[in-house]
Amino acid sequence: MADIEYRRITLDGLWHNNQALVALLGLCPLMAVTNTLVNGLGLGLATTAVLLMSNLSVSGIRHWVRAEVRLPVFVMIIASFVTAVELLMNAYFHELYKILGIFIPLIVTNCAIIGRAEAFASRNPISASAVDALSIGVGFTLVLSVLGGLREFIGQGTLFAGAPLLFGDIASSWELSLGEEYPGVLLAILPPGAFIGLGFLIALKNIIDKRLSSRAVEVTAATAPAGAPS
Amino acid sequence: MAEGPEKPVASALIGAAVLSLFAIIGALLVGLSYEGTVERIAQNEREALLTQLNAILPATEYDNPLLQDYLDVQAPARLGAQQTRVYRARKTGQPVAVILSPVIANGYSGAINLVVGIRQDGRLAGVRVLSHRETPGLGDKIEADRNPWILGFHDKSLQDPAPAQWKVRRDGGVFDQFTGATISPRAVVAAVRQSLLYYRSEQANLFRAIDEKGKPADG
Repeated sequence: MADIEYRRITLDGLWHNNQALVALLGLCPLMAVTNTLVNGLGLGLATTAVLLMSNLSVSGIRHWVRAEVRLPVFVMIIASFVTAVELLMNAYFHELYKILGIFIPLIVTNCAIIGRAEAFASRNPISASAVDALSIGVGFTLVLSVLGGLREFIGQGTLFAGAPLLFGDIASSWELSLGEEYPGVLLAILPPGAFIGLGFLIALKNIIDKRLSSRAVEVTAATAPAGAPS
Repeated sequence: MAEGPEKPVASALIGAAVLSLFAIIGALLVGLSYEGTVERIAQNEREALLTQLNAILPATEYDNPLLQDYLDVQAPARLGAQQTRVYRARKTGQPVAVILSPVIANGYSGAINLVVGIRQDGRLAGVRVLSHRETPGLGDKIEADRNPWILGFHDKSLQDPAPAQWKVRRDGGVFDQFTGATISPRAVVAAVRQSLLYYRSEQANLFRAIDEKGKPADG
Protein backbone atom coordinates (compact mmCIF):
# COMPACT_ATOMS: atom_id res chain seq x y z
CA MET A 1 0.00 0.00 0.00
CA ALA A 2 2.66 2.46 1.14
CA ASP A 3 4.84 1.38 -1.76
CA ILE A 4 2.20 2.39 -4.25
CA GLU A 5 1.92 5.73 -2.51
CA TYR A 6 5.66 6.39 -2.81
CA ARG A 7 5.58 5.28 -6.39
CA ARG A 8 2.83 7.76 -7.14
CA ILE A 9 4.68 10.58 -5.36
CA THR A 10 7.84 9.81 -7.30
CA LEU A 11 6.11 9.67 -10.66
CA ASP A 12 4.24 12.88 -9.91
CA GLY A 13 7.44 14.71 -9.05
CA LEU A 14 9.40 13.42 -11.98
CA TRP A 15 6.74 13.54 -14.62
CA HIS A 16 3.02 14.16 -14.08
CA ASN A 17 3.53 17.21 -11.90
CA ASN A 18 7.01 18.19 -13.05
CA GLN A 19 7.43 21.68 -11.64
CA ALA A 20 9.16 23.07 -14.72
CA LEU A 21 7.16 21.34 -17.45
CA VAL A 22 3.69 21.15 -15.92
CA ALA A 23 3.47 23.61 -13.06
CA LEU A 24 5.78 26.03 -14.91
CA LEU A 25 7.30 27.13 -11.62
CA GLY A 26 10.83 28.32 -11.11
CA LEU A 27 11.07 29.65 -14.64
CA CYS A 28 13.34 32.57 -13.76
CA PRO A 29 16.36 30.44 -12.79
CA LEU A 30 15.36 27.91 -15.44
CA MET A 31 15.64 30.44 -18.23
CA ALA A 32 18.63 32.25 -16.91
CA VAL A 33 21.17 29.58 -16.01
CA THR A 34 20.48 26.87 -18.54
CA ASN A 35 23.04 28.01 -21.08
CA THR A 36 25.23 25.01 -20.32
CA LEU A 37 24.55 21.53 -19.01
CA VAL A 38 26.84 21.99 -16.02
CA ASN A 39 25.20 25.28 -15.00
CA GLY A 40 21.76 23.69 -15.19
CA LEU A 41 22.88 20.66 -13.23
CA GLY A 42 24.57 22.80 -10.59
CA LEU A 43 21.54 24.96 -9.97
CA GLY A 44 19.28 21.91 -10.09
CA LEU A 45 21.29 20.16 -7.38
CA ALA A 46 21.35 23.29 -5.21
CA THR A 47 17.59 23.63 -5.61
CA THR A 48 17.08 19.95 -4.76
CA ALA A 49 19.17 20.33 -1.60
CA VAL A 50 17.11 23.32 -0.48
CA LEU A 51 13.88 21.55 -1.37
CA LEU A 52 14.82 18.46 0.61
CA MET A 53 15.81 20.42 3.69
CA SER A 54 12.76 22.65 3.55
CA ASN A 55 10.34 19.75 3.00
CA LEU A 56 11.89 17.80 5.87
CA SER A 57 11.67 20.71 8.30
CA VAL A 58 8.22 21.80 7.23
CA SER A 59 6.94 18.27 7.57
CA GLY A 60 8.65 17.90 10.94
CA ILE A 61 6.94 20.95 12.39
CA ARG A 62 3.60 20.54 10.65
CA HIS A 63 1.71 19.62 13.84
CA TRP A 64 2.65 22.59 15.92
CA VAL A 65 3.03 25.54 13.60
CA ARG A 66 -0.26 27.38 13.65
CA ALA A 67 -2.06 27.92 10.40
CA GLU A 68 -1.93 31.72 10.68
CA VAL A 69 1.83 31.95 10.78
CA ARG A 70 2.77 28.95 8.70
CA LEU A 71 3.61 30.83 5.50
CA PRO A 72 6.02 33.29 7.13
CA VAL A 73 7.59 30.36 8.98
CA PHE A 74 8.04 28.44 5.71
CA VAL A 75 9.55 31.49 4.04
CA MET A 76 11.98 31.93 6.92
CA ILE A 77 13.00 28.28 6.83
CA ILE A 78 13.56 28.35 3.08
CA ALA A 79 15.46 31.64 3.19
CA SER A 80 17.76 30.32 5.92
CA PHE A 81 18.52 27.14 4.01
CA VAL A 82 19.15 29.03 0.79
CA THR A 83 21.58 31.33 2.54
CA ALA A 84 23.35 28.35 4.06
CA VAL A 85 23.56 26.60 0.67
CA GLU A 86 24.84 29.81 -0.90
CA LEU A 87 27.61 30.08 1.69
CA LEU A 88 28.54 26.42 1.31
CA MET A 89 28.68 26.67 -2.47
CA ASN A 90 30.77 29.79 -2.24
CA ALA A 91 33.14 27.89 0.05
CA TYR A 92 33.35 24.55 -1.74
CA PHE A 93 32.35 25.20 -5.38
CA HIS A 94 33.71 28.70 -5.73
CA GLU A 95 34.06 28.79 -9.52
CA LEU A 96 30.57 27.43 -10.08
CA TYR A 97 29.24 29.83 -7.49
CA LYS A 98 30.71 32.71 -9.43
CA ILE A 99 28.96 31.54 -12.59
CA LEU A 100 25.55 30.87 -11.03
CA GLY A 101 25.96 34.09 -9.07
CA ILE A 102 22.70 35.83 -8.40
CA PHE A 103 20.61 32.74 -9.11
CA ILE A 104 21.59 30.96 -5.92
CA PRO A 105 19.92 33.56 -3.67
CA LEU A 106 17.05 33.57 -6.13
CA ILE A 107 16.29 29.95 -5.22
CA VAL A 108 14.33 31.62 -2.42
CA THR A 109 11.93 32.99 -4.99
CA ASN A 110 11.50 29.64 -6.72
CA CYS A 111 7.79 29.11 -6.15
CA ALA A 112 8.25 25.37 -6.52
CA ILE A 113 9.89 25.22 -3.09
CA ILE A 114 7.28 27.07 -1.07
CA GLY A 115 4.71 25.39 -3.26
CA ARG A 116 5.85 21.93 -2.10
CA ALA A 117 6.12 23.12 1.50
CA GLU A 118 2.55 24.33 1.48
CA ALA A 119 0.91 21.77 -0.79
CA PHE A 120 2.72 18.65 0.33
CA ALA A 121 5.13 18.78 3.24
CA SER A 122 2.77 20.59 5.61
CA ARG A 123 0.21 17.78 5.18
CA ASN A 124 2.29 14.64 4.93
CA PRO A 125 4.68 12.64 7.09
CA ILE A 126 8.41 13.19 6.94
CA SER A 127 9.30 10.17 4.82
CA ALA A 128 6.72 10.97 2.16
CA SER A 129 7.83 14.61 2.16
CA ALA A 130 11.44 13.55 1.62
CA VAL A 131 10.43 11.37 -1.32
CA ASP A 132 8.38 14.22 -2.70
CA ALA A 133 11.27 16.66 -2.36
CA LEU A 134 13.69 14.31 -4.06
CA SER A 135 11.36 13.51 -6.94
CA ILE A 136 10.38 17.12 -7.49
CA GLY A 137 14.02 18.18 -7.19
CA VAL A 138 15.30 15.51 -9.55
CA GLY A 139 12.50 16.29 -12.01
CA PHE A 140 13.42 19.97 -11.94
CA THR A 141 17.14 19.16 -12.22
CA LEU A 142 16.50 16.90 -15.22
CA VAL A 143 14.66 19.65 -17.07
CA LEU A 144 17.39 22.16 -16.21
CA SER A 145 20.08 19.75 -17.41
CA VAL A 146 18.33 18.70 -20.61
CA LEU A 147 17.55 22.29 -21.51
CA GLY A 148 21.09 23.34 -20.58
CA GLY A 149 22.57 20.50 -22.60
CA LEU A 150 20.45 21.29 -25.65
CA ARG A 151 21.28 24.97 -25.55
CA GLU A 152 24.96 24.30 -24.98
CA PHE A 153 25.16 21.76 -27.79
CA ILE A 154 23.24 23.82 -30.33
CA GLY A 155 24.62 27.14 -29.18
CA GLN A 156 28.30 26.49 -28.86
CA GLY A 157 28.77 22.91 -30.01
CA THR A 158 29.99 21.50 -26.71
CA LEU A 159 28.65 19.35 -23.92
CA PHE A 160 29.91 19.20 -20.34
CA ALA A 161 31.92 22.39 -20.78
CA GLY A 162 33.08 23.48 -17.36
CA ALA A 163 32.41 20.09 -15.79
CA PRO A 164 35.48 20.37 -13.52
CA LEU A 165 33.70 23.23 -11.72
CA LEU A 166 31.24 20.70 -10.38
CA PHE A 167 33.07 17.38 -10.41
CA GLY A 168 36.68 18.36 -9.87
CA ASP A 169 39.69 17.69 -12.04
CA ILE A 170 38.69 14.17 -13.06
CA ALA A 171 35.97 15.75 -15.20
CA SER A 172 38.36 17.77 -17.33
CA SER A 173 38.28 15.12 -20.06
CA TRP A 174 34.49 14.90 -20.14
CA GLU A 175 33.96 17.81 -22.44
CA LEU A 176 32.64 16.88 -25.87
CA SER A 177 33.11 19.37 -28.62
CA LEU A 178 32.18 19.69 -32.26
CA GLY A 179 35.48 21.46 -32.76
CA GLU A 180 36.62 25.03 -33.10
CA GLU A 181 35.02 25.38 -36.52
CA TYR A 182 31.48 25.03 -35.23
CA PRO A 183 29.99 28.45 -35.90
CA GLY A 184 27.65 28.44 -32.92
CA VAL A 185 24.00 29.40 -32.84
CA LEU A 186 23.72 32.55 -30.78
CA LEU A 187 19.94 32.30 -30.49
CA ALA A 188 20.23 29.12 -28.45
CA ILE A 189 22.46 30.76 -25.85
CA LEU A 190 20.46 33.97 -25.52
CA PRO A 191 17.25 34.00 -23.42
CA PRO A 192 14.92 33.39 -26.40
CA GLY A 193 16.68 30.06 -26.84
CA ALA A 194 15.54 29.09 -23.35
CA PHE A 195 11.91 29.91 -24.12
CA ILE A 196 11.97 28.08 -27.42
CA GLY A 197 13.77 25.11 -25.92
CA LEU A 198 11.38 24.86 -23.00
CA GLY A 199 8.47 25.14 -25.40
CA PHE A 200 9.73 22.13 -27.32
CA LEU A 201 10.29 20.16 -24.13
CA ILE A 202 6.73 20.85 -22.96
CA ALA A 203 5.39 19.90 -26.38
CA LEU A 204 7.41 16.68 -26.30
CA LYS A 205 6.06 15.83 -22.86
CA ASN A 206 2.50 16.43 -24.03
CA ILE A 207 3.00 14.22 -27.08
CA ILE A 208 4.36 11.42 -24.90
CA ASP A 209 1.49 11.83 -22.44
CA LYS A 210 -1.02 11.62 -25.28
CA ARG A 211 0.55 8.44 -26.61
CA LEU A 212 0.58 6.94 -23.13
CA SER A 213 -3.02 7.80 -22.37
CA SER A 214 -4.33 6.51 -25.69
CA ARG A 215 -2.50 3.27 -25.05
CA ALA A 216 -3.86 3.18 -21.51
CA VAL A 217 -7.37 3.56 -22.89
CA GLU A 218 -6.85 0.59 -25.15
CA VAL A 219 -5.49 -1.45 -22.28
CA THR A 220 -8.34 -0.46 -19.98
CA ALA A 221 -10.84 -1.28 -22.65
CA ALA A 222 -9.31 -4.70 -22.98
CA THR A 223 -8.94 -5.48 -19.28
CA ALA A 224 -10.48 -4.39 -16.04
CA PRO A 225 -10.52 -0.67 -15.21
CA ALA A 226 -7.48 0.36 -13.18
CA GLY A 227 -5.24 3.29 -12.44
CA ALA A 228 -5.66 6.39 -10.39
CA PRO A 229 -6.82 9.69 -11.86
CA SER A 230 -3.95 12.06 -12.42
CA MET B 1 -8.37 26.33 12.68
CA ALA B 2 -7.85 29.69 14.34
CA GLU B 3 -11.44 29.88 15.61
CA GLY B 4 -11.14 27.93 18.81
CA PRO B 5 -12.18 28.81 22.30
CA GLU B 6 -8.91 30.77 22.37
CA LYS B 7 -8.95 34.53 22.72
CA PRO B 8 -7.64 36.38 19.66
CA VAL B 9 -4.92 38.08 21.72
CA ALA B 10 -3.58 34.80 23.03
CA SER B 11 -3.69 33.38 19.53
CA ALA B 12 -1.72 36.32 18.16
CA LEU B 13 0.85 36.04 20.94
CA ILE B 14 1.38 32.34 20.36
CA GLY B 15 1.71 32.98 16.65
CA ALA B 16 4.28 35.70 17.29
CA ALA B 17 6.18 33.43 19.65
CA VAL B 18 6.31 30.60 17.10
CA LEU B 19 7.45 33.02 14.42
CA SER B 20 10.14 34.49 16.68
CA LEU B 21 11.35 31.03 17.56
CA PHE B 22 11.83 30.21 13.90
CA ALA B 23 13.48 33.55 13.27
CA ILE B 24 16.01 32.65 15.97
CA ILE B 25 16.55 29.16 14.57
CA GLY B 26 16.96 30.55 11.06
CA ALA B 27 19.39 33.22 12.20
CA LEU B 28 21.37 30.58 14.10
CA LEU B 29 21.56 28.37 11.03
CA VAL B 30 22.74 31.22 8.82
CA GLY B 31 25.15 32.44 11.48
CA LEU B 32 26.70 29.03 11.96
CA SER B 33 27.07 28.45 8.22
CA TYR B 34 28.68 31.85 7.92
CA GLU B 35 31.11 31.14 10.73
CA GLY B 36 31.92 27.78 9.22
CA THR B 37 32.61 29.08 5.71
CA VAL B 38 33.83 32.66 6.07
CA GLU B 39 37.48 31.68 6.29
CA ARG B 40 37.34 29.41 3.29
CA ILE B 41 35.36 31.88 1.18
CA ALA B 42 37.88 34.63 1.84
CA GLN B 43 40.64 32.18 0.96
CA ASN B 44 38.84 31.23 -2.28
CA GLU B 45 38.46 34.84 -3.25
CA ARG B 46 42.12 35.60 -2.58
CA GLU B 47 43.18 32.57 -4.60
CA ALA B 48 40.88 33.40 -7.50
CA LEU B 49 42.20 36.95 -7.61
CA LEU B 50 45.81 35.83 -7.32
CA THR B 51 45.30 33.36 -10.17
CA GLN B 52 44.03 36.20 -12.32
CA LEU B 53 46.92 38.45 -11.34
CA ASN B 54 49.49 35.72 -11.89
CA ALA B 55 48.09 35.12 -15.35
CA ILE B 56 49.29 38.55 -16.37
CA LEU B 57 52.33 38.75 -14.11
CA PRO B 58 53.88 35.33 -13.43
CA ALA B 59 54.58 34.67 -9.78
CA THR B 60 58.26 34.16 -10.53
CA GLU B 61 58.67 37.80 -11.45
CA TYR B 62 57.94 39.22 -8.01
CA ASP B 63 58.51 38.12 -4.45
CA ASN B 64 56.30 40.35 -2.32
CA PRO B 65 52.83 39.37 -1.09
CA LEU B 66 50.99 40.97 -3.99
CA LEU B 67 47.52 40.94 -2.49
CA GLN B 68 48.64 42.73 0.65
CA ASP B 69 50.77 45.29 -1.14
CA TYR B 70 48.26 47.64 -2.67
CA LEU B 71 47.29 51.24 -2.92
CA ASP B 72 43.78 52.60 -3.38
CA VAL B 73 43.91 55.45 -5.85
CA GLN B 74 41.32 57.97 -6.95
CA ALA B 75 41.41 58.66 -10.65
CA PRO B 76 37.86 58.28 -11.94
CA ALA B 77 38.65 60.03 -15.22
CA ARG B 78 41.32 57.51 -16.20
CA LEU B 79 40.36 54.36 -14.33
CA GLY B 80 36.60 54.58 -14.48
CA ALA B 81 35.66 54.29 -10.83
CA GLN B 82 35.81 56.65 -7.88
CA GLN B 83 38.42 54.47 -6.23
CA THR B 84 40.38 51.64 -7.76
CA ARG B 85 43.08 49.40 -6.42
CA VAL B 86 46.69 49.27 -7.57
CA TYR B 87 48.68 46.13 -6.73
CA ARG B 88 52.40 46.65 -6.57
CA ALA B 89 54.78 43.90 -7.55
CA ARG B 90 58.34 44.09 -6.30
CA LYS B 91 61.33 41.84 -6.39
CA THR B 92 63.93 42.17 -3.64
CA GLY B 93 62.34 45.49 -2.80
CA GLN B 94 62.66 46.90 -6.32
CA PRO B 95 59.45 47.84 -8.18
CA VAL B 96 58.71 45.40 -10.99
CA ALA B 97 55.24 46.27 -12.16
CA VAL B 98 51.87 47.62 -11.09
CA ILE B 99 48.50 46.05 -11.71
CA LEU B 100 45.67 48.53 -12.14
CA SER B 101 42.02 47.55 -11.83
CA PRO B 102 40.10 49.88 -14.11
CA VAL B 103 36.34 49.66 -14.48
CA ILE B 104 34.60 50.21 -17.80
CA ALA B 105 31.21 51.74 -17.22
CA ASN B 106 30.23 51.83 -20.89
CA GLY B 107 30.40 48.21 -21.98
CA TYR B 108 27.56 46.80 -24.03
CA SER B 109 25.62 45.89 -20.89
CA GLY B 110 26.88 47.04 -17.56
CA ALA B 111 30.30 47.42 -16.08
CA ILE B 112 33.40 45.49 -17.13
CA ASN B 113 36.10 44.97 -14.51
CA LEU B 114 39.61 44.65 -15.84
CA VAL B 115 43.07 44.09 -14.45
CA VAL B 116 45.86 45.75 -16.38
CA GLY B 117 49.47 44.90 -15.58
CA ILE B 118 52.07 47.49 -16.52
CA ARG B 119 55.79 46.89 -16.20
CA GLN B 120 58.35 49.42 -15.04
CA ASP B 121 59.20 50.41 -18.60
CA GLY B 122 55.58 51.16 -19.50
CA ARG B 123 54.95 47.98 -21.48
CA LEU B 124 51.84 45.97 -20.74
CA ALA B 125 52.41 42.75 -18.86
CA GLY B 126 48.91 41.74 -19.79
CA VAL B 127 45.21 42.49 -19.53
CA ARG B 128 42.37 40.29 -18.25
CA VAL B 129 38.67 40.67 -17.69
CA LEU B 130 37.65 39.94 -14.11
CA SER B 131 33.91 40.24 -14.61
CA HIS B 132 31.53 41.47 -17.25
CA ARG B 133 27.99 41.08 -18.53
CA GLU B 134 28.62 41.28 -22.27
CA THR B 135 26.53 39.26 -24.69
CA PRO B 136 27.35 35.54 -24.64
CA GLY B 137 28.85 34.49 -27.93
CA LEU B 138 29.61 38.06 -29.03
CA GLY B 139 31.06 40.51 -26.56
CA ASP B 140 32.19 37.78 -24.16
CA LYS B 141 35.10 37.04 -26.46
CA ILE B 142 36.97 39.63 -24.40
CA GLU B 143 37.43 36.77 -21.89
CA ALA B 144 40.76 35.03 -22.27
CA ASP B 145 39.04 31.65 -21.89
CA ARG B 146 36.86 32.24 -24.92
CA ASN B 147 39.14 34.03 -27.33
CA PRO B 148 42.85 34.83 -27.42
CA TRP B 149 42.03 38.41 -28.40
CA ILE B 150 42.88 39.95 -25.04
CA LEU B 151 46.32 38.34 -25.08
CA GLY B 152 47.13 40.71 -27.94
CA PHE B 153 47.79 43.51 -25.45
CA HIS B 154 50.91 41.76 -24.20
CA ASP B 155 54.00 43.96 -24.56
CA LYS B 156 52.07 46.83 -26.10
CA SER B 157 52.79 50.32 -24.83
CA LEU B 158 51.89 53.93 -25.55
CA GLN B 159 54.70 54.00 -28.12
CA ASP B 160 53.72 50.71 -29.75
CA PRO B 161 51.29 51.13 -31.40
CA ALA B 162 51.37 54.90 -31.88
CA PRO B 163 48.73 56.84 -29.91
CA ALA B 164 46.57 57.39 -32.98
CA GLN B 165 46.45 53.62 -33.55
CA TRP B 166 45.18 52.73 -30.07
CA LYS B 167 41.77 51.84 -31.48
CA VAL B 168 39.94 48.91 -32.97
CA ARG B 169 40.36 48.44 -36.70
CA ARG B 170 36.95 49.77 -37.52
CA ASP B 171 38.01 53.09 -35.96
CA GLY B 172 41.30 53.10 -37.85
CA GLY B 173 43.44 51.43 -35.19
CA VAL B 174 45.40 48.21 -34.95
CA PHE B 175 43.26 46.10 -32.60
CA ASP B 176 40.81 43.57 -33.99
CA GLN B 177 37.15 43.73 -33.20
CA PHE B 178 34.91 40.68 -33.30
CA THR B 179 32.42 39.87 -36.00
CA GLY B 180 29.20 41.38 -34.81
CA ALA B 181 30.69 42.98 -31.71
CA THR B 182 32.64 46.19 -31.79
CA ILE B 183 31.44 47.88 -28.63
CA SER B 184 33.06 45.56 -26.08
CA PRO B 185 36.54 45.47 -27.69
CA ARG B 186 36.41 49.19 -28.35
CA ALA B 187 35.65 49.86 -24.70
CA VAL B 188 38.45 47.55 -23.55
CA VAL B 189 41.00 49.13 -25.87
CA ALA B 190 40.04 52.61 -24.67
CA ALA B 191 40.25 51.54 -21.02
CA VAL B 192 43.67 49.95 -21.46
CA ARG B 193 44.91 53.08 -23.17
CA GLN B 194 43.58 55.22 -20.32
CA SER B 195 45.35 52.94 -17.84
CA LEU B 196 48.63 53.45 -19.69
CA LEU B 197 48.10 57.21 -19.71
CA TYR B 198 47.35 57.11 -16.01
CA TYR B 199 50.48 55.10 -15.40
CA ARG B 200 52.59 57.56 -17.41
CA SER B 201 51.38 60.57 -15.46
CA GLU B 202 51.34 58.90 -12.04
CA GLN B 203 54.29 56.55 -12.31
CA ALA B 204 56.48 58.62 -10.03
CA ASN B 205 53.72 58.90 -7.43
CA LEU B 206 52.91 55.23 -7.52
CA PHE B 207 56.51 54.34 -6.91
CA ARG B 208 57.10 57.07 -4.39
CA ALA B 209 54.03 55.84 -2.62
CA ILE B 210 55.59 52.41 -2.55
CA ASP B 211 58.57 53.81 -0.69
CA GLU B 212 56.64 56.05 1.66
CA LYS B 213 53.61 53.97 2.40
CA GLY B 214 55.46 50.76 1.87
CA LYS B 215 53.91 49.14 4.91
CA PRO B 216 51.63 46.39 3.73
CA ALA B 217 48.06 47.45 4.20
CA ASP B 218 45.87 45.05 6.05
CA GLY B 219 43.52 43.15 3.79
